[in-house]
Amino acid sequence: MPELLTVTVNGRSVAVRAGATVAAAMMIAACDCRKSVSGEPRGPLCGMGICFECRAMIDGIPHRRSCQIVCVSGMEIRTDE
Amino acid sequence: MNSDRKPFDVLVVGAGPAGIAAAATAAECGARVGIIDDNPAPGGQIWRGESANRGGEPASWLVKLDHPNIQRLSGTRVFDHPAAHVLHAETAEGFLELSYQKLILATGARERFLPFPGWTLPNVMGAGGLQALVKCGLPIEGKRVVVAGTGPLLLAVASYLRKHGAEIPIICEQASRASLARFGLALLSQPQKIAQGLSLRRDLSGVPFVTQSWPIAAGGDGVIKDVRIRRGRITETIACDYLACGFHLVPNTELPALVGCRLRDGYVEVDNLARTSVADVFCAGEPTGIGGIELSLVEGQIAGATAAGRPEVAQKHARARTKLEAFVRALDRAFALRPELKKVPLPETIVCRCEDVTYARLKPHGSSRSAKLETRCGMGPCQGRVCGPATQFLFHWSPDSVRPPIFPTVLRNLAAMSCREAQHSGAMRGSQ
Repeated sequence: MPELLTVTVNGRSVAVRAGATVAAAMMIAACDCRKSVSGEPRGPLCGMGICFECRAMIDGIPHRRSCQIVCVSGMEIRTDE
Repeated sequence: MNSDRKPFDVLVVGAGPAGIAAAATAAECGARVGIIDDNPAPGGQIWRGESANRGGEPASWLVKLDHPNIQRLSGTRVFDHPAAHVLHAETAEGFLELSYQKLILATGARERFLPFPGWTLPNVMGAGGLQALVKCGLPIEGKRVVVAGTGPLLLAVASYLRKHGAEIPIICEQASRASLARFGLALLSQPQKIAQGLSLRRDLSGVPFVTQSWPIAAGGDGVIKDVRIRRGRITETIACDYLACGFHLVPNTELPALVGCRLRDGYVEVDNLARTSVADVFCAGEPTGIGGIELSLVEGQIAGATAAGRPEVAQKHARARTKLEAFVRALDRAFALRPELKKVPLPETIVCRCEDVTYARLKPHGSSRSAKLETRCGMGPCQGRVCGPATQFLFHWSPDSVRPPIFPTVLRNLAAMSCREAQHSGAMRGSQ
């Protein structure tokens, strides 16, 4: 079994495998990453840091591209709700 | 900040196969090399999640980055080229100024996305996009994934997802069977590619692979639940948890364009020694033509050797390159987009996802510049990387000029950038 670690997404604990990205954690938590300018829910699209659809607030820093950031134990992730 | 550091002999941007081969070759030729990549680890998209101790071809290349002449800068994103031999980049820690004697651009490619109703729903992703997420910790076991679009990536992604427990109800390829048959014939001179294709076919036994088929709408409330596909003359609806959809690849030419490299038909123009139109700037891999991993490795070695001042080493790879280039042309022909795809978006379909600009709002415009000024299409954080190739196909708009910063960056870095730029232009004036 791969090693697991825990992060929080909108205050809820989510277990991810070591090496997982924040985008994966948000998808596991079934949370959309953000709301578009017209209010549509959006999730990751490109998975490689190009499209900016997966941006979210990570440890208090807004607009981070979650697909390019690896989860660290205890990380706090917030999405547009 | 590295402004006090000695310039790199060779700076490579992009740590996919082309960049790794370039850095390794330049280092073996004795150059002091830096290799930058936006991703958290080297490998690019194709070797995402691979590591030097996993074995196989990726490991045999990744281990070369341990060369003492190579400094790795992962999680580093270039956003400006303020003067010759200087790049500005950002990291999680802040601003970075990098100077170099020779620059190798190995910026890779991204998927081409084409809009269809519902394509902005969560869980509609790129084919490579979903694969990247699964490599990065998204469990896919037991999920139903429809794979659609065009290009050889579809089979590779479907096979990968199936190995990881996904159910693949169908693979929809927009190209015709005749076009794929011609592609197969074109590969006869390349046994390695045929072997790859056959092994994918084995991995996917029992999965319907349909040609002349493409998605026309994704349905669902808040998340995708099904996809409507056109299949010849009929349409059918298929339930799914994910739609993995990409229309082959487009090169990442933003940085080459910013540096001033001449492009031809959307690709960076290079000579047989990987030299671009700009002195001391080289280019390797997908930005010079979408040709896959073998060609990227060969071009990387050519660029690395030339940049390190060893053109005779580069020449040794010339024949391999010529042979593999036939694959670039075969790919372009086989997976050319069919005109019917232009009719898929409805008036209310969003084309620019950053600014939520619909097809109907874009259609009256005659150019990307006009659409940009009137609708903000392409002015969001992706800076047209997603909608640009789509509007190019839908409306024949040529891409707008590239300006710094080529990626959004925090104000602090922009301030550092303009302060440095003032210094560079001051230095140039001072020397006149």
